[in-house]
Amino acid sequence: MSGKRRSLEAPPELVARRRRGKVFQALCLAATLVGVVTLVVLLADVLVDGVKWLSPTFFTEFPSRLPARAGIKSALYGTVWLMGLVALISFPIGVAAAVWLEEYAGKGWLRTAIQTNISNLAGVPSIVYGILGLAIFVRWMFALTGGRSVISGALTISLLVLPILIIAGQEAIRAVPNSIREASYGLGATKWQTVRHHVLPNAMPGILTGTILALSRAIGETAPLIMIGALTFIAFVPEGPRDQFTVLSIQVYNWVSRPQDDFRGLAAAAIIVLLALLLSMNALAIWLRNRYRKEW
Amino acid sequence: MSEPALLDPPTHSAGTGRGRGLRGARARTAKESAIGGALFAAGAVSILTTVGIIAVLVWESVAFFRRVSITEFLTGTVWTPLFVPQNFGVLPLLAGSILVALVAAVIAIPLGLGSAVYLSEFAPVRLRAWLKPILEILAGVPSVVYGYFALTFVTPILQVIVPGLDMFNALSAGIVVGIMVVPLIASLSEDAMNAVPRELRDGAYALGSTKFEVATRVVTPAALSGIVASFILAISRAIGETMAVVLAAGMTPNLTFDVRESIQTLTAYIVQVSLGDTPFGSIEYQSIFAVGLLLFVVTLVMNIFGLWFLRRYREEYA
Repeated sequence: MSGKRRSLEAPPELVARRRRGKVFQALCLAATLVGVVTLVVLLADVLVDGVKWLSPTFFTEFPSRLPARAGIKSALYGTVWLMGLVALISFPIGVAAAVWLEEYAGKGWLRTAIQTNISNLAGVPSIVYGILGLAIFVRWMFALTGGRSVISGALTISLLVLPILIIAGQEAIRAVPNSIREASYGLGATKWQTVRHHVLPNAMPGILTGTILALSRAIGETAPLIMIGALTFIAFVPEGPRDQFTVLSIQVYNWVSRPQDDFRGLAAAAIIVLLALLLSMNALAIWLRNRYRKEW
Repeated sequence: MSEPALLDPPTHSAGTGRGRGLRGARARTAKESAIGGALFAAGAVSILTTVGIIAVLVWESVAFFRRVSITEFLTGTVWTPLFVPQNFGVLPLLAGSILVALVAAVIAIPLGLGSAVYLSEFAPVRLRAWLKPILEILAGVPSVVYGYFALTFVTPILQVIVPGLDMFNALSAGIVVGIMVVPLIASLSEDAMNAVPRELRDGAYALGSTKFEVATRVVTPAALSGIVASFILAISRAIGETMAVVLAAGMTPNLTFDVRESIQTLTAYIVQVSLGDTPFGSIEYQSIFAVGLLLFVVTLVMNIFGLWFLRRYREEYA
């Protein structure tokens, strides 16, 4: 009797193996939760420090030596200018490059070379782009860009986000099924007509999602902009692409690097604004992705 | 959204004579190749970017190495370019970068790999749908924000635990950089694990393996090249990380492997010089290009290795 029942139970060796599995699974879950908890703690830390500095005047005042009067007006304008120009520059180039790679390049060495190059560029530290921007856009093209200007910053950041944008664009274009292209060719359309009227419209939600994600990377970039000389203290608003500027992330850096607690509070408040912008961009991207997701 | 296009006639010569049709076709061919050329030009921007980076770094570095010998630069142990006497031994900066990257790796490798295993092997579908975007957000938080977090939250806590910890220190910087690269390791490793064919898992289950054994003895070894790639790419990212390190680790070139001390990394030095009022053409100005070139070469070599490992597993299970 007892022997029979024992044979229905798991042998002790298997019980031990299963227990080891449970422990392992719990450890893996714990590792995952460390990231989640860190994010929550980080957000809480910033909110606790910064929320009391968020007043209407915080958005309408220029930076000041007196914490109570300081605001992010110049940084907000600079950020909007920079993001607008980056979008204008990087979107057409990124989409065109993605179309070339996916639809025109064939399978030759040229495509392999450019594709490999893009993967490698995506891993180049952002500060190296800053060095490039300093030498090319600020110094070499001084007559065109006006030196340490919004347009120099926008060109630098555009080069930085292009690899991300191109790779996202390629994925979106690749997701358009070949049957659509073949149907278009079958009706006598040329390659460009097919791309222009069928591939691109179908890939556009994916491309836009990728663009927004690339811009949300751009909005937090600090080091390359410090390199090209976006100033840390600016009490005016840029009025053209050749004007000097500052952005939110640089304003954050400026305030964090001061020892006084009040400036740390201002930094936290500016971080809240920065993260709010960033998270709404991410939310928009996720919404776009879900709204226009197609099952072929 | 593109219905009219489907109705477009194949050539622009519909209803006219043969000659005009041919001319239309020729014009269209010309237009087609012009468009192809324009698209290629956009693709070539990336090549120009690489050429530009290398040209700029090498050009100014050559000017720098006319004034400071390469041997002194690569083997010197004192880095004081901003005081007299100037010393240009880059080892303290390189050691600083490596130290931060090591601390980051110690944090990020177990956390990232654990996350990847959990997401790919254990997580219920609905929990996974929450965890993935949260990790993406963690990856998207700007570096300067991590710097703030390190300085105002992590360092004060560490000072309670670790005696003799400086206000600026490599430990705090390394920890936040580690947290920053966790999502990179998690997502690349998870991709690699998901690419492991189902048959391998089913085979192991059929032989009586538990889920734990499948995860650790089948999936992880099978995904190893992708996992190794994620480690290499994450360490390369940590070496290139700038603002968090500038804020948390300080600006003290210091040849040490004591994580409690303030150090300076390659990236932080470049920021320090560009914050100051350094005239173009001065040796300090040129030195950021030499340091930048070293940084570029180190990260590029690691990235090439990492991407090579990635390609290997993709070929294996494609």
